[in-house]
Amino acid sequence: MSAAVRLKHEAILALEDGRVFRGRRLGAEGEAYGEVVFNTSMTGYQEILSDPSYAGQIVTLTYPLIGNYGVRADFFESRRLFAEALVVREAAEFPSPWRSEGRLAEFLEERGVVAIEGIDTRALTRHIREKGELKAVLSTTDLDDKRLVAKARASAGLLGRNLAAEVTCKEPYRWTPEGAEAAAPAPAAPPSGPRRARVVVYDFGVKRGILRSLAGLGLEVVVVPAATPVERALAYSPVGVVLSNGPGDPAATPEAVAAAQGVIGKLPVLGICLGHQVSGLALGAKTNKLKFGHHGANHPVMNVPANKVEITSQNHGFVVDPSGLPRGAQVTHRSLNDGACEGLAMPEKHLICVQFHPEASPGPHDSHTLFQDFSRLCGLSAERRREAPIEAGAGAPGEDS
Amino acid sequence: MPRRDDLHKILLIGSGPIVIGQACEFDYSGTQACRALRGAGYEVVLVNSNPATIMTDPDVADRTYVEPLTLEVLERVIERERPDALLPTLGGQTALNLAVDLANRGVLEKYGVELIGASLWAIETAEDRDRFKQTVLKAGCEVPRSGYAHSMEEAKRLGEEIGFPLVVRASFTLGGLGSATVWAESELEHAVARGLSASPVGRILLEEYLAGWQEFELEVMRDRRDNVVIVCSIENFDPMGIHTGDSITVAPAQTLSDRDYQRMRDAAQRIMRAIQVDAGGSNIQFAVNPRDGRMLVIEMNPRVSRSSALASKATGFPIAKISALLAVGYTLDEIPNDITKKTPACFEPALDYCVVKIPRWAFEKFPAADPVLGTRMKSVGEIMAIGRTFPEALLKGLRSLELDGSAKGLGQAAGEEDLPALREQLRLPTWQRIRQLWAALAVGEPPMEVSRYTAIDPWFLHQIQRVTDLENEIREQGTIEALDPDTLRRAKRLGLGDAHLAHLTGAREAEVRARRLALGIRPVYKAVDTCAAEFDAETPYFYSTYEEENEARPGGGQKVMILGSGPNRIGQGIEFDYCCVQAAFALRDAGFEVVLVNSNPETVSTDYDVSTRLYFEPLTLEDVLHIVDTEKPEGVIVQLGGQTPLKLARGLDEAGVPLWGTSFDDIDRAENRARFADVVRELGLRQPANATASTREQALTEAQRLGYPVLARPSYVLGGRGMRVVYDRGQLASLLEEMPPSAEEPVLLDEFLEGAIEVDVDALSDGTETLVAAVLEHIEEAGIHSGDSSCVIPPYSLGEEMVERIHEATKALAAKLRVRGLLNVQFAVRGQALYVLEANPRASRTVPFVSKAVGIPLAQWAALVLSGKTLRELNAIDIPEPKLVSVKKPVLPFNRFPGEDSLLGPEMKSTGEVMGRDVDFGYAFAKAHAGAGESLPTGGTVFLSLRDEDKRPALFLARKLADFGFHLLATRGTWRFLTMNGIECERVFKVNEGSPNVVERIAAGSVHLVINTPLGRESLFDEKAIRAAAVAHGVPCVTTIQGATAAVAAIESQIRRALDVRHLQEEDNAVAAEARTS
Ligand SMILES: Nc1ncnc2c1ncn2[C@@H]1O[C@H](COP(=O)(O)OP(=O)(O)O)[C@@H](O)[C@H]1O
Ligand SMILES: Nc1ncnc2c1ncn2[C@@H]1O[C@H](COP(=O)(O)OP(=O)(O)O)[C@@H](O)[C@H]1O
Ligand SMILES: [Mg+2]
Ligand SMILES: [Mg+2]
Repeated sequence: MSAAVRLKHEAILALEDGRVFRGRRLGAEGEAYGEVVFNTSMTGYQEILSDPSYAGQIVTLTYPLIGNYGVRADFFESRRLFAEALVVREAAEFPSPWRSEGRLAEFLEERGVVAIEGIDTRALTRHIREKGELKAVLSTTDLDDKRLVAKARASAGLLGRNLAAEVTCKEPYRWTPEGAEAAAPAPAAPPSGPRRARVVVYDFGVKRGILRSLAGLGLEVVVVPAATPVERALAYSPVGVVLSNGPGDPAATPEAVAAAQGVIGKLPVLGICLGHQVSGLALGAKTNKLKFGHHGANHPVMNVPANKVEITSQNHGFVVDPSGLPRGAQVTHRSLNDGACEGLAMPEKHLICVQFHPEASPGPHDSHTLFQDFSRLCGLSAERRREAPIEAGAGAPGEDS
Repeated sequence: MPRRDDLHKILLIGSGPIVIGQACEFDYSGTQACRALRGAGYEVVLVNSNPATIMTDPDVADRTYVEPLTLEVLERVIERERPDALLPTLGGQTALNLAVDLANRGVLEKYGVELIGASLWAIETAEDRDRFKQTVLKAGCEVPRSGYAHSMEEAKRLGEEIGFPLVVRASFTLGGLGSATVWAESELEHAVARGLSASPVGRILLEEYLAGWQEFELEVMRDRRDNVVIVCSIENFDPMGIHTGDSITVAPAQTLSDRDYQRMRDAAQRIMRAIQVDAGGSNIQFAVNPRDGRMLVIEMNPRVSRSSALASKATGFPIAKISALLAVGYTLDEIPNDITKKTPACFEPALDYCVVKIPRWAFEKFPAADPVLGTRMKSVGEIMAIGRTFPEALLKGLRSLELDGSAKGLGQAAGEEDLPALREQLRLPTWQRIRQLWAALAVGEPPMEVSRYTAIDPWFLHQIQRVTDLENEIREQGTIEALDPDTLRRAKRLGLGDAHLAHLTGAREAEVRARRLALGIRPVYKAVDTCAAEFDAETPYFYSTYEEENEARPGGGQKVMILGSGPNRIGQGIEFDYCCVQAAFALRDAGFEVVLVNSNPETVSTDYDVSTRLYFEPLTLEDVLHIVDTEKPEGVIVQLGGQTPLKLARGLDEAGVPLWGTSFDDIDRAENRARFADVVRELGLRQPANATASTREQALTEAQRLGYPVLARPSYVLGGRGMRVVYDRGQLASLLEEMPPSAEEPVLLDEFLEGAIEVDVDALSDGTETLVAAVLEHIEEAGIHSGDSSCVIPPYSLGEEMVERIHEATKALAAKLRVRGLLNVQFAVRGQALYVLEANPRASRTVPFVSKAVGIPLAQWAALVLSGKTLRELNAIDIPEPKLVSVKKPVLPFNRFPGEDSLLGPEMKSTGEVMGRDVDFGYAFAKAHAGAGESLPTGGTVFLSLRDEDKRPALFLARKLADFGFHLLATRGTWRFLTMNGIECERVFKVNEGSPNVVERIAAGSVHLVINTPLGRESLFDEKAIRAAAVAHGVPCVTTIQGATAAVAAIESQIRRALDVRHLQEEDNAVAAEARTS
């Protein structure tokens, strides 16, 4: 291999604190900025890349062998890839062919995502653990270390940035039981679906796993943009509202906080991840940024009322500080690792929310019953769910074929 | 939910001797469990017949019964100890089965013993095929289509229902007898007929054969509050149809998407709940059809297993320890994660490396065994390797196997013309498969194509192809000097060892190393931390890789490094791990930091809290030298891990590494035949006359000179391999055809000492004084490998004077060889003559047995002597005489290898051993037999067939047996002899004389003991058939007159008095006295 060829394939990840990792280019040509985070999930790379919550972030996967089972159209958690860039130790050149529709490298390239492979991702992870989540740049075009570090420093971080506004849908839509986006119903139209009940999902960067889970309960799911005024959302006459996950600093997403303030107390509300954080803010609590967030599929959480541990999928860099919560609100879930507030509820206001991802995708389904809890909160009986207690929505067998 | 305070004393059952399918992983789990339970404040009573285990050391449990694992013994122990609970899930299938029997016979109820860890219902549901199937189906999972048939019609109907291929399994047979894979309807009738006739109950199981499906395993834990975690997923490289124990396996699963993995995880949780595993771990096996994703449940083991040991080592999550704690009431969230210390054990480990396990087989020792791998496990050991990529882990694994050439890589440059043959071979999986597919990929067979006929996922094959491509590239570049630095760097990063690169470039390994170091290419060490670096870990557990950042924390104290023994194999097993672990304990207590290196996931030594720091690495010179460079120990111990580390002594010595113990040159004086002959001669001791021949003619002449029979062996093998007793010129001539001698590989000839008593001695020397720890007298005569013969402490037939001479000879050898540390000497005694057979300046297989028989911490003392202590300082000069008689009996794997003759010889074949202890020899021998699963009868029928020399000495035995009321059965010659001497005896046909013949009688279950001493030379068809029948039907079979004498003594003891059990901790004196008066 000649030096020139190698150079062409080179890529550099530079961190704001001056640390530089040199590796090979994996995806598209270009330069990407973001906060570098690590995710310890051993599977689900495509779901992670297409999770809108990763907007603004460069994702390092700690499992070294990525792309082993290829990519598939139905593994998308949203319309496109949202992570700013990807960092891996090694991407499979030849995935296991059985269910793969393509290779990771081309997939990234076609979608314009910059990525690097061949670096010591464990060293990077340890660095993040020590230094916290840092601003970084990943480049395949500029290979000058010093210049890149300067660029990383100059880049916009996550704090104070309203990313939800960037990733939310432009128009309301209906999520069909078949797993597609369809035209939103007229607000006055009666709900469709076996339950004849409608939920409105505020899209701050919603994952399809959430929509599938709700649709799997027989609900009609209407997704609305983040800035949708509460009256407009309520005009759909939903039985409940879901405040979705999303990227960035919750304190910098005023429309999300406003939505939470508007719906909590009026209707049963389920908050997930960012939706949980803005619920906390709406109730008067504060949020803090973690040194390095929780990103992975192995996080144990104590479900306090049930006195049981659930292994959860998590992806958050901010947490709700429960000390500011009003009377009547209770912490329902706690991280066993660091005690962080992972869920709260306010029964009098029909509010439940969790910091982790009950829809999994990727990750374990231990907390999937939360969707049933929500449906019960919405006044719907659990009858229908009991008929098929096995396949959780996110892993329904029909989707695998 | 904290620990249960209503329990105080807990009984733990071990897994008994090491056998294929149940090896030292259960010592690892049992030891962890004992320590965990005692740590939680419980009193632990342990029963295990295997003396070579760490768990049976007197300080691991409170009361340790080294007694046979039989119902009778367990009932006696329960009666005596009155435990509150029985924990049966840590001793493999053996413990589980015993627990079920104890429960079903009402023993547990009678003594108020609670079964903890798994309920009787759960165990039985997991074990019983039908119940399991129904339960799993109810939980919403699928199982393979199957059913039982008792007749041809039934089978045909079932066959139609199930479809083809299907597998036929005969119920209640051993070694896969009567099972067959049926690919098409036309083959069904034949297979069914064979299966029905092979099954003693005339029943066969027909099951959908999952050809080409992938196999996966999950290690799952559940606590009594229904918290469930998956500790590890394991993907089998080899497809369904090859037992997981015989498959290369990889952790975590590589080719499952998140969706598929979560589906499996959900199923595992449902199964745990359905089978009601309330407090412990289980292993669940799945089959996945890669084409459509269909997922079936194959089996579940509601206990720790070989795979759970592997998973523990692969993740750093101590499954056995946590299982034990769950069984006494803790919940997962209450137990801290030892490794991070900050987070709880209630989580699922995240790996940031790839783990590969590779089995190791022993087919070279069983030439008649069927080499095809199938649904019955055949491997005797395994290694595990950790790397950042699959090729790196695989290559590290291959060099850990220590097989001929495995360190050189496997890509023997075949030509394309070999492809048709390779394709043919690859269709039938044997232990050579990895080599064959390597060769096929190396000559350009596309991975997709290889996958078509091996059913191995193309992902794995592409990964191997990366290696074969690079191998080809390196070969093209020529010499090591010509190799471009970047390629060398890539090669190291991909996992190629120096020996491998040396092979490819025609260089010496040292040259590769020198060039590499000159270029600054060195590995770094990364920690195994359960959490992919998310949390700061205090783990002292490392693997090497070629990356940027080094995490090794070599520490600053006084350091010593112990090299382990690598994969278990016949001849080098758990005994050596025992020595390494004991040494680690002793040296840590003495204030040293102990650095341990080993590659065997089944062992106690690779538990991360045994040493100060654990390096899970191949035991090759390259890998060990890197660790030495990192840790810079004061000394390296090579004499405790068997041949594996001993073989490294030269290279380490040359590299200037400080070796503790006997010097390399002195080791060589013991191992080199010519140099050792000088030593023996100078001491005025005697060796069997011997010769070395490098031509056929020379061999024949020398043999004539030595006089037949002679013992012949090739010079290049160890462990008695290829050793043969040759009785005449004709036999020698044909043997020389098989292994033609040459100047490089001469044949070694020894005068064969017929009828000699063999003796093993274990001694410890500090360089000035020598402690003879024990003299072990073998029961079988010399000619049967020391590892395969039963032996006794103290000697039972040797005179005091001879024992004294043996002591003196051992001490003289120790002094002459300047031994520091352990020494094992094998002698043969014939009449008044004492011969030295060999001297090994290292730990021997018998060290743990001796320690327990004599009641001394021999391996610990050895470690301390190596660190510079004298025997006097250790107070290890005068040791008391043992008060009990201890018998060690080997356990042989013939039931796994139908077709292989069970006759013993100079080549070792046993996989494990048991110990029997009692006040008299007879009972100790009886217990050893019972422990080996061959309980000697106290009534019934004995079959005798004796060679002429043995007839006279056997007369006395036959008379005794008759007096005890046994019915005697004999073939013509023996029958005539016995009847002539007035002993009543029934005559039975030989196999070719008609029916009912002896084999049929054995098969019918009407013979309870076989005494069959063979004719020495080629064993006859009849004898083979008799022994095979005995093995197949589990009838104890004695093949030597000495063994028969011992067996009769054992029978007599068992008839004379009742069974007595005693633990290691009790005052032997007192018990012995008590037993004698009772
Ligand atoms: N229906 C089947 N078709 C093909 N292979 C099978 C089937 N059932 C089991 N096997 C193979 O046989 C091996 C042993 O079977 P298993 O039920 O796990 O018994 P064991 O108790 O010996 O582990 C499995 O590891 C698997 O490879
Ligand atoms: N000259 C001999 N006469 C009789 N038996 C012998 C003789 N030499 C070796 N043996 C038998 O062969 C076995 C293996 O030989 P040994 O030299 O100890 O090899 P290994 O290195 O395998 O232990 C011994 O245990 C002994 O029973
Ligand atoms: Mg199995
Ligand atoms: Mg020997």
